[in-house]
Amino acid sequence: MIHRECGVLKTTYEADMGLYPLPIAKWTVGIIAGLFFAVIPLTLHEYYLSIANLVWIAVIGALGLNILVGYTGQVSIGHGAFMSVGAYTAANLATRLDSPWPVNLLAGGLMAAAVGAVVGIPSLRIKGLYLAIATLAGQLIIEWTINHVTFISGGVQASIEVPRPRLGSMVLSSQRDMYYFLLVFVVLAIVGTMNLVRSRVGRAFIAIRDQDIAAEIIGIDIFRYKLLAFAISSFYAGMTGVLYTYFLGIANYEQFQIGVSIDYLAMIIIGGLGSVLGSIFGAIFVTLLPIVIRLSMEAFGGMFLPQQVVLNLIPNLRLMMFGALIVFFLIVEPDGLNRLWRNIRSYFRIWPFAY
Amino acid sequence: MSDDFGFFLLLMSNGLLIGLMYGLIALGFVLVYKATDAVNFAQGEFVMIAGILVAAALGVWKAPLWLAAGLGIAAMIGFGFALERTTLRKLIGRPVIAVVMATIGLASILRGIGPTAFGAGSRPLPLPIPDEPIVVGPLFIPPIQLVGGLVSLMFLGGFGWFFVKSRKGIAMRAVADNQQVAMAMGINVQRYFGLAWAMTGMVSALGGIIWGNIIGVDVNLSLVGFKVFPVVILGGLDSIPGAVIGGLIVGLVENIAAGYVDPYVGGGTKDFAPYVLMILALMIRPYGIFGKKIIERV
Repeated sequence: MIHRECGVLKTTYEADMGLYPLPIAKWTVGIIAGLFFAVIPLTLHEYYLSIANLVWIAVIGALGLNILVGYTGQVSIGHGAFMSVGAYTAANLATRLDSPWPVNLLAGGLMAAAVGAVVGIPSLRIKGLYLAIATLAGQLIIEWTINHVTFISGGVQASIEVPRPRLGSMVLSSQRDMYYFLLVFVVLAIVGTMNLVRSRVGRAFIAIRDQDIAAEIIGIDIFRYKLLAFAISSFYAGMTGVLYTYFLGIANYEQFQIGVSIDYLAMIIIGGLGSVLGSIFGAIFVTLLPIVIRLSMEAFGGMFLPQQVVLNLIPNLRLMMFGALIVFFLIVEPDGLNRLWRNIRSYFRIWPFAY
Repeated sequence: MSDDFGFFLLLMSNGLLIGLMYGLIALGFVLVYKATDAVNFAQGEFVMIAGILVAAALGVWKAPLWLAAGLGIAAMIGFGFALERTTLRKLIGRPVIAVVMATIGLASILRGIGPTAFGAGSRPLPLPIPDEPIVVGPLFIPPIQLVGGLVSLMFLGGFGWFFVKSRKGIAMRAVADNQQVAMAMGINVQRYFGLAWAMTGMVSALGGIIWGNIIGVDVNLSLVGFKVFPVVILGGLDSIPGAVIGGLIVGLVENIAAGYVDPYVGGGTKDFAPYVLMILALMIRPYGIFGKKIIERV
């Protein structure tokens, strides 16, 4: 990731598919892991850790969406709804059956995967724009159903309180505990995605994205793999929903409205479609954007504008910046932050010698 | 005539008139898709920003109605041209998701700009139309809905004529059909793309005035845009008569669903029923009632 590569000569396919291109890559990964597992949680204040936790949750969701949109090429504007399916499954299990969090997490993910596969069924007949609109319909229908079925949500506009996750006798209540809790799943999600996309299944996904008819001709079962992509992607989304519910302590349908689906799409567009590192960059960027805008407006906005104007401006400024960034990246750098990162790296690969 | 039947008729008449007004907004979507193959997820926001402009012109600058409406329409036409020139032209030939996300981003920008420039509060958009409903037997027809329906029909007819008979309309259809061949025939394709977006701007401005009068002008006016998708999927994405028929069907279905189902589930059926209908349409007849049948299958 941050090391400089030199003298890479691969002679086997196994070496080409390897996660670590060079032995030094293990050191890089080790250093990054040390940074995130030890330095950051032990030095940062609880408030900043809560922001980091939001980033981790977003990373998992963005990875999942990127499997579907970036790797398989199927557009989904319904991921917010899949998250809510996971969240409400877990919340209901936790409050009704008092089941432990691993069960809830898995059940939430599986339930979301099932719902996601159902919403993905139209993808067998239609694609592109029509699929985008079909998943949008899925989002609105799931949103409405959860909100209106009392058995699921406890009534219109209600929210369900969820007990904190516990490890043995220890209750994970502080932000630092949550940080470690979430980081484990982030690592699992990253490693899982990286291994998925270089496996047989992942290559089938990429073949479908690049040319679905050709993929079918070389023997890929489109029906199976498209639904599988929807299911895996929704499984990630469901996990994201469950983790977010545990992070907030309540399940509320307002946390998973259509704006969330769009946020996650923005993450993978800004970060880079079809790239694991891009999903992480995008998740960090989009999660931090409103926080940075709020903090900087609170710090500097008062110098130029009256306080009330600043307070009104913050949410609108967020919307404008968000939209402008999506359009900017689409026009100027369609491969997103991941491409910028690669450009920086390839510049330093031969530095300080000119090409 | 029994009360039940009267209630049914009331729902029907209301649904038809509202449906015509949905058709007007869907027309904006169809115009762009027909000419440029781009989808506009910001249609609702177009309507909102036009409504806010006209309401602000009326309320803040005290402009007379004709001036405010003219200003709104002119501004939206200019906006359409500018948008095509700066953003959409650069996305030609890119995957569907690029255009979808660009218009979603645009929607977000417009949602931010509207309240920042003109204040977050809801504004009235008064039109010189009486509020008293016209009573015909069991029917109560608000005059604004009648006016809205008539304006919609007028414009739908006008654009229908434009595409079939006028020189520019025929050129636009040629562009929609095959851009390369159109270019070879000496048609300036990019100018027609701009024209299509400008026409969408104009239609959205009218939609903004009419819908703004009915439900008031603030950010939530853009929620009307969510009705566009069921309408255009049902009618066919590139069909002007489809926009009318789709609008009528959605208007009817949502009113009847709201009238008969809402009491049992606690509201909200209005937003829900059209999408269920749309999913069915997507499964059975994805190109819609009047759409061209070349939809790429897998």
